[in-house]
Amino acid sequence: MNKEVIFSMNTAFRGEYIIHGYSYGKGEKAACIVGAMRGNEYQQLYICSLLAKKLGELETQGDIASGKEILLIPTLNYGSMNAKKTKWISDDSDINRSFPGNPKGPATSRIAAALLNRVKNYSYGIQFASFYLEGRSIPHVRMMVTGNESTSLANLFGMPYVITGMNRAFDTVTLNYNWQKKGAQAFSVYSSTTDTIDDESAHMAVSAVLRFLTRMGIIKYDCHGGFISTTLKESELVSVKADEAGFFRKLVGINQEVKRGQLLAEIVNPVDGTVKAEIIAPTDGITFFVQDAPMVFQNVVIYKIIRRMHQ
Amino acid sequence: MIETVVSVDLMVEEEIKIKKNRLAPDFLHGDEKRICIVSGMYGDELQGQYICYQIIKRIKSDFDKLTGIVDVYPSLNPMGLDSRTREIPGSGMDMNVIFPGSKSGALGEYTASCVFDDIKGADLCVDVHSSNLYIHEIPQVRINSNGADELLDYAGKIGLDMVWVHPSTSVLNGSLAYALNNVGVKAMVVESGVAYRIDQKYCNKIVDGLFAVMKDMGIWSGRVPEINPSRIVYDKDISYINAESSGIFIPEVSIFDRVGKGDTIGTIVNVITGSVEEIITAENDGIICSLRDYPVIEEGSLIARILGGEADE
Repeated sequence: MNKEVIFSMNTAFRGEYIIHGYSYGKGEKAACIVGAMRGNEYQQLYICSLLAKKLGELETQGDIASGKEILLIPTLNYGSMNAKKTKWISDDSDINRSFPGNPKGPATSRIAAALLNRVKNYSYGIQFASFYLEGRSIPHVRMMVTGNESTSLANLFGMPYVITGMNRAFDTVTLNYNWQKKGAQAFSVYSSTTDTIDDESAHMAVSAVLRFLTRMGIIKYDCHGGFISTTLKESELVSVKADEAGFFRKLVGINQEVKRGQLLAEIVNPVDGTVKAEIIAPTDGITFFVQDAPMVFQNVVIYKIIRRMHQ
Repeated sequence: MIETVVSVDLMVEEEIKIKKNRLAPDFLHGDEKRICIVSGMYGDELQGQYICYQIIKRIKSDFDKLTGIVDVYPSLNPMGLDSRTREIPGSGMDMNVIFPGSKSGALGEYTASCVFDDIKGADLCVDVHSSNLYIHEIPQVRINSNGADELLDYAGKIGLDMVWVHPSTSVLNGSLAYALNNVGVKAMVVESGVAYRIDQKYCNKIVDGLFAVMKDMGIWSGRVPEINPSRIVYDKDISYINAESSGIFIPEVSIFDRVGKGDTIGTIVNVITGSVEEIITAENDGIICSLRDYPVIEEGSLIARILGGEADE
């Protein structure tokens, strides 16, 4: 393993801020893996820590293919994690909204530019991303529709689902989008959680990456074949919203088959304890995402259901 | 008349309500022009609160001069304003990247969609911002370069110190102005001052300018102050000065100051060693149109922008 400095800068009060990368194997830039970009992405950093251990073992055993290099960058924003903040510690900007970045711009823009410059020539880019809604989701691989995306490659992760999404307004300033625009095959790997550790789905994410690297001939690793992924468009997920605000009493978790008309959850009045709303499944399907906040606002998305899908 | 544009239940015994004040003549002919003045999208930007107050106050005090419809939306992010939070509290979403919003989205996207639908059909929308906590800005209009030809006439008539035609995120993809321009509503952003403060001089200038535009549109028949035309500025006219060190910034110039190439803008000092880390100098002649207000600096922090070219003549 070779440790390198991806980016460094001085801070006003905390000394030097350094983002490190760790490369395994030597040669062609085969795959790059990027972890936590925000201060609340504990699960994403945890996955990187598990992966780093595995990659170190594989390198020691000589199981990284000759002439192939894997670069792992576990965290870009550990300062915010230490300060218990989500966005950049000094100005609340977001690294994953700063791409392609500007080496002469503000700190997050400089980090984005330095990162993209370092990782742009890798054939495969993998980011452990956090789901944009607060809650738990089925582990999946997401690709943006940019014209360069390949869902058949995404299937090689062996995750339960591959989701393709049209670009949202902010997607053009994310790592994934800009990575693809630079010519890499870029994948966002989503685990079940963000700000809490879920060991099972963390290990699933690690296995998925190792499986992908094996199938691309970058490492030698005997692993389970995983899932034959089901590919979905993001638009095929039905959003179920809270009709009322209050305590969210969840009755159905993620990855459960539900029937149209089934009671999914209740919204409870926080003052008198009465049930303000019953949340009913609008379709048959499988719960893909479930909110996990104790209380919810009105109109918040609390479930996403894969329409008419059976286990 | 005060109307609720959208109402959403919060978690405990509270509703979030985005309201507007519609000011219209008592008898409408059906062909009146409509201007929407929007503010409070970021909870730390307060200039718009004073501006909205003054617009409504002046119209009410001379109501018979009102010949069109003025919709004033002072607080698009009421929870943010109350909690001194820039983004939407809870989700932490930046409201100005989610327009046109979505009726099936979460709180921010849903409210954005309702506000967007309410504004649609207006002849002009002015989204009034302040700067953020870090940078002091001269009063200016920002418009999207894509629709600049149609917007420049209105933008110039507000008479602020510059009209910046540029592709920044404040007028691009996902912003209210960009989304409105996409559906044929002329929309522009007004920016001035610094967050958490109200600069009455700047605000009064903006209010005067908005009345001048309303008069030009046939919405207001009252007297308006004489407005000097704005300078139209493009990205090429503005140079950026970013810090290359971290520490405390001590300015040696003020906003609107004229500087020459090589003049000192300020210094960045290291507090514990008592040393100067960097002397910031102007890279070209011009006027300081943006200046760092928040003194803690890190490498890359924007220190100043200089408006060069003919403004210095």
